Amino acid sequence: MTIQFKNETFRDDFTFSNSPEAIHRFPFPFDKDQYMYAVNIEQHMPGPAKSATEFPIDIDEHYVSEMRDRALVLKADPLRCQSQPHMITAEWDLVELLMESMAKHYPEHFTLTRDGDRWHWINRPLEIDQTFTFGDAATLPLPPMEYVTRQCQGDFCLLDQRNDNLWMDAGIVTTQADWSLDFDMGMNFMEWHGPVPLAHDMGVFDRALKFLLNLQQGRPVRRLNWTMTVNPRLDTSPENYHAWGIDRTTVTPENVGDKVHLRVELQALWRLPRSNAIVFSIRCYLIKMEELVTIPKWGRRLHRVLRDLPPELVDYKGLTRFRDTTVDYLARHDDGAPTSPGFFPD
Amino acid sequence: MLVSNIKSRPVYGGLKVDDAARRHLVAAEGEGALAALAAFTGRPEAIARATVLYSPGGSAPQDHAAKLGALGFDDLFVMPSQPTLITRLNVILATATMGARLYAAGVEGFIGSVVAAGMAHGIDQASIRTEHRGSLARRVQCVHCKGMTDNVTVSPVVCSHCGIPLLVRDHFSRRLGAFQGVSIDAETPGDVPPAEELYA
Repeated sequence: MTIQFKNETFRDDFTFSNSPEAIHRFPFPFDKDQYMYAVNIEQHMPGPAKSATEFPIDIDEHYVSEMRDRALVLKADPLRCQSQPHMITAEWDLVELLMESMAKHYPEHFTLTRDGDRWHWINRPLEIDQTFTFGDAATLPLPPMEYVTRQCQGDFCLLDQRNDNLWMDAGIVTTQADWSLDFDMGMNFMEWHGPVPLAHDMGVFDRALKFLLNLQQGRPVRRLNWTMTVNPRLDTSPENYHAWGIDRTTVTPENVGDKVHLRVELQALWRLPRSNAIVFSIRCYLIKMEELVTIPKWGRRLHRVLRDLPPELVDYKGLTRFRDTTVDYLARHDDGAPTSPGFFPD
Repeated sequence: MLVSNIKSRPVYGGLKVDDAARRHLVAAEGEGALAALAAFTGRPEAIARATVLYSPGGSAPQDHAAKLGALGFDDLFVMPSQPTLITRLNVILATATMGARLYAAGVEGFIGSVVAAGMAHGIDQASIRTEHRGSLARRVQCVHCKGMTDNVTVSPVVCSHCGIPLLVRDHFSRRLGAFQGVSIDAETPGDVPPAEELYA
């Protein structure tokens, strides 16, 4: 099926919106009416047709505009893409993973032809036609990780595995929920999760790390994470926080439905074949409140989750200034009816 | 020893002499000299194989450099500042051979600089022996302009480069040897709480 790519913005005039189909396939992250941290990792198996997890790498109607936004972020701040020299093999592993997956599942948009090390990549939406030698960085116009991730939705981190830990030694991060790749570069798994409240004492990160160190090739896993963002801004970086933080004070009862967005990260992890590194992808989905409540179950459920969220999480997720206004809005879409178990719309 | 529940902050395990090392490379700053003295006093074999780089900084009146000199290290460089010490350390690391052991003692920002220099020369950061001595002052990186501000004892602190008032987050980067500073008034422009002395 051919995707109709939208022309929209994630900054300035914020023209981003979801089509009815995109709303229906939104990866809603709550399978019950309350939320607390858990090691909610599952196999990254194909989900239902047309869902965000139907294919390992999800390309959707926002693809072209998101790639344009990424290019703008990188132009303003090249430190959003960094890689240590020992990660070059993992970079090529990532090229293979993304190109193979995109070409296989979206053949009308992407084509990959391999003749030994001679690869031919065609990206029709971005009008790219590139022949290169796999493993020879001089045959690409950009370093391999940057080249391929400028053409794939989602942030990507490459994690080296050594000393029974995972190390963030490469990544491209332009759609982040308030964390800095530049600051966290070179950190291990425990260190980069340092600022997260509550979860350390619950043992969440010990268990997650143990699990990930044993991640097998060909058996990727995924989890959902979430926060909320005022305006459909992909680049909510700490680097630019002094510019976008003020957005959080602009929510009123009149504009809350349009301004406040649920921000969901579909995080997936793959073991890479040559480097034994792990790729950690963080794909961001945004949906505004007035779109979300068109699915009655989601309106009811998000109302209850937000209303009952522990105060530490309200603070950590940066919701303090607009949570109450959002809860009031959602309350009007919650008739108190019971909700069915699971994530999907009724 | 500096005890902390900050997950990203390294644990400074103390300056224990590695008897198997063929060469001891000791970088110390200020009160860190006392850690080097405590570790090496009474160890003539180790002293004969030790290169010590020392920057007195605020401890100059105590003249720890004289005490280090009296111990008779094979080589002692007393440097006028931390940056010149790191420059000299880089030269020594560039020609260091197998069996060299790196040690760092002093304030946290200094330890971070030494560890970063070691890592740049291929030394596993976990193998570097470190001891925190002296003030709890933090080195802070402004996440906005990436400028470093040294000897920070208060939060919020004004970035010495771009002037943004920064909240000092309890998040430490070993690579940068610094804590993260983030705008404190982005959501309330101009409304900056008074600076509190936190890390004296």
